[in-house]
Amino acid sequence: MLHDLLYLAQQTINALQQGSIYALIALGYSMVYGVLTMINFAHGDLFMLGAFACMLLAGVVTPLLTAVPPILVFILILLMVMAVIGFLGAFIERVAYRPLRGAPRVSAIITALGCGLLIESLTLVIFPYSQSIPPLLANRTFELMKVADPAGAGAPLTLTITALQILIIRVAIVLMVALDFLIRKTRYGMAMRAISFDARTVPLMGIPVDRIISMTFLIGAGLGGAAGMLYGLAYPVIAPSMGILVGWKAFIAAVVGGIGSIRGAVLGGFILGAVEVLAVVFFESTYRDLISYSLLLVILIFKPYGLLGSAPNQKV
Amino acid sequence: MKISQLAATLLAVAALVGCGKEAPSVKIGLNTELTGEMPAVGASSKNAAELFASQINAAGGVKVSDQTLPIKLVIGDNGAKADQAASVAQRLITQDNVLAMIGPDASACAIPAADIAEAAKCAMISPWSTNPKTTLDPNTGKPKEYVFRACFIDTFQAGVLAKFVLNNLKAKTAAVLYDSTSEAPNGQATLFKETFEKNGGQIVGFETYTTGDKDFSAQLTKIKSTNPEVIFLPAYYNDVPLIAQQARRLGITAQFVGSDAWSSPELIKLGGADIEGSFFCNHYSTQIATPIAQKFMSDYQAKYGMAPDDVAALTYDAFGLLTQAVKDAGKLDRQAVRDALARIPKYDGITGTMQFVPGSGDPIKSAVILQIKNGKFVWVANAQP
Repeated sequence: MLHDLLYLAQQTINALQQGSIYALIALGYSMVYGVLTMINFAHGDLFMLGAFACMLLAGVVTPLLTAVPPILVFILILLMVMAVIGFLGAFIERVAYRPLRGAPRVSAIITALGCGLLIESLTLVIFPYSQSIPPLLANRTFELMKVADPAGAGAPLTLTITALQILIIRVAIVLMVALDFLIRKTRYGMAMRAISFDARTVPLMGIPVDRIISMTFLIGAGLGGAAGMLYGLAYPVIAPSMGILVGWKAFIAAVVGGIGSIRGAVLGGFILGAVEVLAVVFFESTYRDLISYSLLLVILIFKPYGLLGSAPNQKV
Repeated sequence: MKISQLAATLLAVAALVGCGKEAPSVKIGLNTELTGEMPAVGASSKNAAELFASQINAAGGVKVSDQTLPIKLVIGDNGAKADQAASVAQRLITQDNVLAMIGPDASACAIPAADIAEAAKCAMISPWSTNPKTTLDPNTGKPKEYVFRACFIDTFQAGVLAKFVLNNLKAKTAAVLYDSTSEAPNGQATLFKETFEKNGGQIVGFETYTTGDKDFSAQLTKIKSTNPEVIFLPAYYNDVPLIAQQARRLGITAQFVGSDAWSSPELIKLGGADIEGSFFCNHYSTQIATPIAQKFMSDYQAKYGMAPDDVAALTYDAFGLLTQAVKDAGKLDRQAVRDALARIPKYDGITGTMQFVPGSGDPIKSAVILQIKNGKFVWVANAQP
């Protein structure tokens, strides 16, 4: 019994780590959809760039700051990565999406796919090989519990969590709470919610729509970059193709949570992380994707706008 | 007037280009993984091919009946994708009109490319594809006529590894974690399970993941609860470091054992301390190299500044086999080259002596077991077929 509980607890920790990364990326999809009703398919590649930016910055910054505690170096690099990727996201919006804002939505989506491929191919030209990210922090493994094997023969069972897992979950939660505050309590957040509510009337109220949209891309891409950095630290072999699969999964998480809804994106991310791990716990891992995505489809059958999404306003 | 002048000029240029006849050469296509999931494999193949061609051409070329012709390489990038491998094969064979094709290396690419080569009746040698399906016709179950390889096959490799784990490591329980969507790992995992169980071992965990996955913690936690002595990881060099690291962080102390997909210097660079002490099966070892292998190693080192991995050695051997066949055939004809290739009595390559099983494209050759010690691949044992 204790043995099973310990096993489930270990799997829960795994799910939390996965879920917090999916949630951070899903936020970027959801925010952009909220203001523009457009899906930014380049988001997964911005996530990938976050990992590469972390690798490059770590190479430059870490040797300069040997006297500074590693956690401060980590925070500094995190902020730099978020800034770089955030501005890149806003830049892409400015040059690639804004000129197409009046065009059919399909054109914008195709452009986004094209931007994603461009980013990926350019990175591939510069880094044809998989790269490894240096550890920014000494990673310790904490043994939370230890129980003798019930069969008696084998090694004792342990419940472990690493310092990195704690850090990833904590950073993700801090960023998500900060975003929630920004959207609910600030003027910018109010403007963003207003655009998402009625994009046509909002400019008449004197709200600078273009600037708000730029800000949205900046923040969304910045969060994606942060997720890329955390992902790169957790899985330190990075490659230009890494954004595709994770990006799609986070997009699915955003849809399941209710695309356009910020809290929905977070919920969707954690649900996807949990479902993927639980599928392995209770079934053969070969069926993981089949089971987890079937389950998500079932959710969408009953809640077609996602768990926290709302049906669009029908104007008569 | 101007337009007609332009058109006339263009026509004249086109005519000139069309008439320009290519100098006779032995044109060989290389279909390899330059980009995508395993660029280190493609780079090794390309390096070895260019080294081989430059050496032969510096010595005059290949003797084809009464004339000596240079080798001309046409290199195509299959992006480590199955569909792209097939279209590159098609292009090399029909458009570039190569005499024969070397590659692809990964089984997932070699299998579709082999179908194209077989249909076009053009000889193909895969240097590194160990999956049995590469040289077998799926409809008849018989060997393909035009498809060869320079390496051993997974049925042999899995047997070598299963016996090594049971007899040398004295382990009775093993778990397997592999990419079920990639051809070579999939075959290696299944064949390992079969032979391990047949010889008295017990498989306590058999878990899978999908190409591109970076998180294996759920599967590893499951494996940990069954407490195996050995974990078999038939995975490519870019997955292994992540699996090993996550396993060690979860407190798994089991011995890792891998397949020939491990053998890239990139593995050590990315894996570090987590893969130290692990064993894997390989095509050759630099430590027990024959004189010709030593010459190849020093030439490769001198040209590229790094030691050749097994993909490089096997590609070099594939070119060696093919050139031998062209010499034996005595003419630049696809069918004649294929027939000569099948008849090669015994070829002394970098990776040992090889000879094709009569009526099949699979060579008979030996394997080695290597261990990762202090960041180096160290020879442990030989395994004969």
